[in-house]
Order: sequence, then C-alpha cells, then structure tokens
Amino acid sequence: MLTQIPTQLSSIVDVDDLTVEFHGREGTVRPVNGVAFSLKAGEVLCILGESGSGKSVTLRALMRLLAPDRTRITGHVEVAGHDVLKASGRSMAALRGSTISMIFQEPMTAFDPVYTIGDQIAEMVAQHKGVSRRAGRTRALEMLELVQVPSAKRRLDAYPHELSGGLRQRAMIALALSCSPRVLLADEPTTALDATVQAQILLLLRSLQQELGMAVIFVTHDLGVAAEVSDRIAVMYAGRFVETGSVRDVLQDPVHPYTRGLLSSTVHGQPRGTRLQTIPGSPPDLRMLPPGCSFEPRCGEAIDRCRAAIPPPYTLKSGQCVRCVHAPQDLVPAE
Amino acid sequence: MLYYILRRILYAVPIALGVSIVCFSLVYLAPGDPLQTLLPDDTPPEAVAELKAKYGFDRPVPMQYLFWLGNVLTGDFGTSIGTGRPVIEEIGRALSNTLLLGACAVAVAFTLAIIIGGVGGYLHGKVSDKVVTSIAIFGVSVPNYWLGIILVIVFAVELNLLPAVGMGKSGSQGFGLDLESLKYLILPTITLALVPLGIIARTVRASVAEVLGHEFVQTLRAKGLSERGVLRHVVKNAAAPVLAVMGLQFGHLIGGSIVVETVFSWPGTGFLLNNAILRRDVPILQGTILVLALMFVLTNLLVDLLQTTLDPRIRRA
Repeated sequence: MLTQIPTQLSSIVDVDDLTVEFHGREGTVRPVNGVAFSLKAGEVLCILGESGSGKSVTLRALMRLLAPDRTRITGHVEVAGHDVLKASGRSMAALRGSTISMIFQEPMTAFDPVYTIGDQIAEMVAQHKGVSRRAGRTRALEMLELVQVPSAKRRLDAYPHELSGGLRQRAMIALALSCSPRVLLADEPTTALDATVQAQILLLLRSLQQELGMAVIFVTHDLGVAAEVSDRIAVMYAGRFVETGSVRDVLQDPVHPYTRGLLSSTVHGQPRGTRLQTIPGSPPDLRMLPPGCSFEPRCGEAIDRCRAAIPPPYTLKSGQCVRCVHAPQDLVPAE
Repeated sequence: MLYYILRRILYAVPIALGVSIVCFSLVYLAPGDPLQTLLPDDTPPEAVAELKAKYGFDRPVPMQYLFWLGNVLTGDFGTSIGTGRPVIEEIGRALSNTLLLGACAVAVAFTLAIIIGGVGGYLHGKVSDKVVTSIAIFGVSVPNYWLGIILVIVFAVELNLLPAVGMGKSGSQGFGLDLESLKYLILPTITLALVPLGIIARTVRASVAEVLGHEFVQTLRAKGLSERGVLRHVVKNAAAPVLAVMGLQFGHLIGGSIVVETVFSWPGTGFLLNNAILRRDVPILQGTILVLALMFVLTNLLVDLLQTTLDPRIRRA
C-alpha cells in the first residue's frame, strides 16, 4: 500500500510546482511549467485554456499516465493522501480508476473496439473490488442506469461502435464512476459531441458530482462549459496557471490580460453586432519559453518588468490569484 | 452471427468452382500433349488414339472439364499417367507427408513469430525491437533453397549430425514418431519455417505497435488495469490482422513447398507436383492443384470466421 502522508483535512488533491518535460528527438518540450493548486472534496475546478496550453498534460500527470520513458514529471502531486509521483507502478495502478478516475475527450477511441461496453466496465470493477465478472456486470448495469442510458440492459452487450456519440460518452462516464472515485478528471468530455448532447452530458456530470460528492477537475477550452459546471476556474497559458479564482470573479472581473483577451474573443455575453476581438499572435513555442511572462510577446500592456522574470502569483483581495506584474498595484484597493 | 457464417460458407462455393476451372485449364495453357512426352515417337497412331480416348483427351476441353468435375465430385481423380495408380492415392500419401512437415513448420514459425514480433512491438523503437526487426528481415530476404543447402552442408555434410534428404531408410512408410525418424524432419522444418517466421513476425510487431498507439490503451491504464490486463486487450486487437497473414502462410506451408521438398527429397505434394510437371502427368497435376487450392479456400474461410469472432466490426461489412 501507499504511504499515507498526513495532509490538511480539507484538500483531496494537492499539486505543487508540477512541471512536465517531454524528451524527444527535436529537443525538450515543456508543456507544464510549475502548476500549483489544491482541491477540496466535492469541489469542481475548471482548467480553461486553448489547445497546447498544457491542460490535458496536467490531468495525465495527476494520474501518471504519460509515457515514462519520454517524460519527466517533477514537483509534488498528492491525491487522497497518496504521493502520486513517488508511488510504485503497482500501487499507482491500484489508485487509478478507484480513487482517481478520468473521462476522455473522444469516447469513440477511448473504448476498446473489440470488447462490449459491459465487459469493459465489469473488468474494471472486478480489478478494483476483487469481485467476479458477473458481479462486475451487475455493477455495470447499475452504472449505465445511473448515467441514464436507455435500455441499459441491452447496451451492456453493445460494442462501442454500436452506440451514438452521446451514449458512448455516457458509457464512458459510467466506466469512470463505476468504482466510486473520490476525484474525477474530465478531459474536454463534451468537445466531441453535438451542442444539444453537450448540454445533457454537462447536466448529468454536474448532478452526479453533487450526488456522489466527488472532486472534479474539468478541462475545457469552452468558457460556457466552464461557467456551467465549475466552482473555481484556473486559466492556463503556456503551462502555467495565469489566473485562478471563483467562477464569478474570473468571468466578471478578469485581471490577467490573457483572461481578458479570452473573454472578449468569445460570443458569450457580447452584445449583438459588436466585432469580436482576437488576441494577436500565437502561443509561445514550448521548446523555448521566454524568460519572463510567457504572454508578454502578445500582451498589449507589456513593460520591461514582464520580460525580466516570470511574474510570481499575486493574491488579490477577492481571492483571485494572478500571475501578472500589473495585478497588485493596479487592482488591489489600498486598505 | 449464424447468418454471417452461412453466407460466408455459401460464398466459398463459387470460389471453389472458379478454382477448379482455373486448375483444369492451366494445364491446357502449356504447350505440348501429355501423351506425346510419354509415348515413344514411333507409337502407331491407332495406339495414340486409343490412349487419348482412354484418358478423355479426344473430347472438347469444356466437355473434358465437366467430365472431370463430375468424377472429382464423386471422389474419382483419375489415374496417374506416370504410375498408373489412382491419383487420389498418390495425393493422399504426399499430402500426409506434407501436412506432417507443414505442421512442424507452422508450430515453429508461428510460435517464434508471435514471441519475437510481440516483443518487438511492445518495445517499439528500443534496441530489442531493432534486433527483432533484423531477424524478421533476414527471414524474409534469405531464399529458402539457399538456406536449405547451407543447412545440409553444415549439419549433414560437415558435422554429420543430421540426415540430408528423405524421410528415413524405408521412405515415408517407415516413418514413425521415433527419434531416428524425427531427425529427418529438423532441417526441412527450419528451412520451411524461415520465410513465414519473418513475414508473421513483422506483421505481429506492426500490429502490436499500432494497437499500443491507440488511445484506448491509455484508458485501460487509467482504469487501473495491470500490465497483464492491458496485454489481454492488445492481443485481441492485434489478432485480426495477424490471423489474416497467418492464414495465408498456413496455406502456403500446407500446400508444400516445391523448392524445399525438392531440396530435401521430401515426398510431399510439392515433390509430387514437381515430378508431375516434369512427366506431364496431367491427372496428378490437376488433382494436386485442386486439392491444395481447396485447402487454401478452406483456410481463408476459417480465418474469416475466426476474425469475425474476434472483431465485431467486421461483421457489419
């Protein structure tokens, strides 16, 4: 078993200075550069960012799912008292699926095409609960009913290609929740779905989260999704959390120039007829990050201090945490 | 599922019929009359005509085909022009010898190919993978008759450890499951196994590496499955393409290799065919080719059905 590390009672996930490096032929890529956060039981954190910002890699690092021979993960990751980065392969496998579970973006490719949905859920239950396959199937049926798959009994024997996208994602959720995990990681679970199905899946996830009291880390690039499901938002850019705070604070009073750019470049809440603004430039090359703030090359408010060093996280009075040199001086009202 | 199996079996019938037509007519595409080569030049024309009538060579070719097909369907493959014995007997004896050799080669080639291909695919890109790939390329590239001769030179001539040719002192009749007889199997088995070993190992390696690259493997790990549990999924996914290649190779091995059986004077179907070609023994040729081709059709049918049980997505097509 894993060594139990004493931790403050309230947080179930503790991440400190998490960095991930991929070593490849074309040099070292750094998708995650010093991410730190903690998550309380029953809390929903949404990691918001564009493609390549390191959201999915962060999730995978939490479960140590990245190919070990090409990846170097440093920092500290603690999930339900288990030190994830130091755990043995065997104890990591015991942790995956039972304590911390993941929903993937593409339910079509995330299921094994040659086994039935029921088999794939039952297999996981049998692995973690030490029960027979038959008992696992009973649990699988229960789970499919919980995620509201119509005629669940029949779907148990369906192969992944025989289900629609929405049903597949429901089955994926059933799979992920079948061993009652305490932490659920959701990697853009609605991105591959139709808009109407998206809303259903989001509602389902939200109600299951409240019912089962799990902590959820939800990764998305969709502001609307983020606003819908989460308690807290972390805006990610080039492998760092540039702004974190409650949903209301971050979406209503964004502080970091990147967050503001992101909000003004979406159609949500914009008056009709106003031209959408875009953020000029493109994200930095993760092989050679600038020495200072990684958003500085695209930022309209950049000053010399931005280029000198990576801005430390400033905590504002609202509780928002922002990595921008402008933040404390401009926005914290003087006491 | 049952419907699919029936349909697939039904499809095999026209294929088999087509195969029989090709087998039959191939012999007529080659120049020369089988009787001409057998009979002395000064044979009286009446005798030639009588023999032609006896073997049915005097009738139009389509009629000959139907006549032959009718006989074949009742189990009568005719008599060998060379030996005068019924074709079915000749084929039966040769086929059992070839099946023996083929089964040994299948066992060796398939087992080794799965092991080395699996290791290569699993350790894709690593040193062991490079070693495996080299073995596979060697297997595919080295001509088996050359390897056979080299093996004979080394193990039979130089080291005098193993017999060079044949199936033992008293031929295939005296062959048994004793050590002395089995010695005769070793060199031809190795020679025959090499090419399928290379081909299948490459397929296994590619298949396993491809499956491991699929996203669902990450899901399996995220489910907390042990490496053995992951492997179970990989095997079932990689099996379908590997089976297709194995089926073809199985057909080749069971069909007997003319080259290998000739090098080792192994009295199998390849050896029989080779002699029949040289002697223009048309009934033997037609019968042997037909039997071998039908075994190919049967193997493919079995592979298809097996693949269907492994991969549910095939059933829809």
